[in-house]
Amino acid sequence: MTKLIIILLSAVFINNYVLSRFLGICPFLGVSKKLDSATGMSIAVIFVMLMATAVTYPIQMYLLVPNDLGYLQTIVFILVIAALVQLVEIVLKRYIPSLHKSLGVYLPLITTNCAVLGVTILNIDEGYTFLEAMVNSLGSGLGFFLAMVMFSGVRSKIEGADIPKSFKGLPVTLIAASITSLSFLGFGGVIENLFA
Amino acid sequence: MKKLDNFTKGIIKENPVLVLILGTCPTLATSTSVSSAIGMGAAATVVLLCSNIVISALRKVIPDKVRIPCYIVLIAGFVTMVQMLVKAFAPALDKSLGIYLPLIVVNCIILGRAEMFANKNKVIDSAIDALGMGAGFTLALCAMATIREVFGNGTFFGIPIPVLESNNISILTMAPGGFFVFGLLIAIVNKFFTSKPKKKDFGCEGCPSRDVCRGAAEKEGV
Repeated sequence: MTKLIIILLSAVFINNYVLSRFLGICPFLGVSKKLDSATGMSIAVIFVMLMATAVTYPIQMYLLVPNDLGYLQTIVFILVIAALVQLVEIVLKRYIPSLHKSLGVYLPLITTNCAVLGVTILNIDEGYTFLEAMVNSLGSGLGFFLAMVMFSGVRSKIEGADIPKSFKGLPVTLIAASITSLSFLGFGGVIENLFA
Repeated sequence: MKKLDNFTKGIIKENPVLVLILGTCPTLATSTSVSSAIGMGAAATVVLLCSNIVISALRKVIPDKVRIPCYIVLIAGFVTMVQMLVKAFAPALDKSLGIYLPLIVVNCIILGRAEMFANKNKVIDSAIDALGMGAGFTLALCAMATIREVFGNGTFFGIPIPVLESNNISILTMAPGGFFVFGLLIAIVNKFFTSKPKKKDFGCEGCPSRDVCRGAAEKEGV
């Protein structure tokens, strides 16, 4: 149990996908302008990460490894994720239209999101069990959510600020991201000591 | 002459990293040392070259509606080959790139060039475009890695530099330093190489999945 809590908390705070592993930077910079779209995008990411892990983990363990096809991992995973995202979109559209309305626009964007592919591959590389892998995916998704929501707050402050011309747009956003990521460095070592 | 333009535009005018803002994830993650930056640049260039050539050769065969999945499968195939080659011949590089090597699949530069260039142009032009873009990517990565390694670690290619070695600013090699140096580099490019800062916002333009997710962009009010 303690191990699961450590995995969850360190995925959220210490190895935060966006701010310390640099995965999923595109949506982090592109969709973080408004709070509601940042929230929608992150909830869609959490959802897809959990689904993707639930599907790719058994595929790797029970299909690829026993048949000596480990080298097909990259191709199989990206295809499974792409198909899964399409499937989720169709199902949502048919059965839960209200959820499709709020999450649907973000789903296609997630197919080529490196955070989702990254979490599925890392779960295998780290040698997690199925339960640990699911917890790690949940933690990574929550970490993404936290970073997106925090950063959309930071960005709304930047909008009104007076910045030098050549820093307008992306450069100042990146420097704000750097300071946000600096604040996350403070969590290093906290979680190991919490349970030591 | 036009062929030469095709090559050089990737290096400065349409630099994939600093001007088109594609492939930010590997840029930030693998620029902690010059040697891993060159490794990443070379791996991505090889994949880009192969995928551009094949996609451009098959551009009349691939149906328009399913082109993105086709491109992804082709790219994933080439990435797997590069992964196996690196594992066999440069195990140290494989270790330093880690997860970012398979993630070349979702590198927006490769899908972006397939979508923006290779499916409209001839094989030779696409190959030249791929080389130019690959060179631009590698150069941008190296510029960032040089700053981060020299000032953050006090070394260059692993060789210690006398004064800087004992006065290194180690935050530059960590995550916040990556964002910071990248921000500064883009600001410099904005100042000196493009006459005026881009009017349109970044992020979605140039993204290969832009058409698919226009809904998201509209919701953002871009």
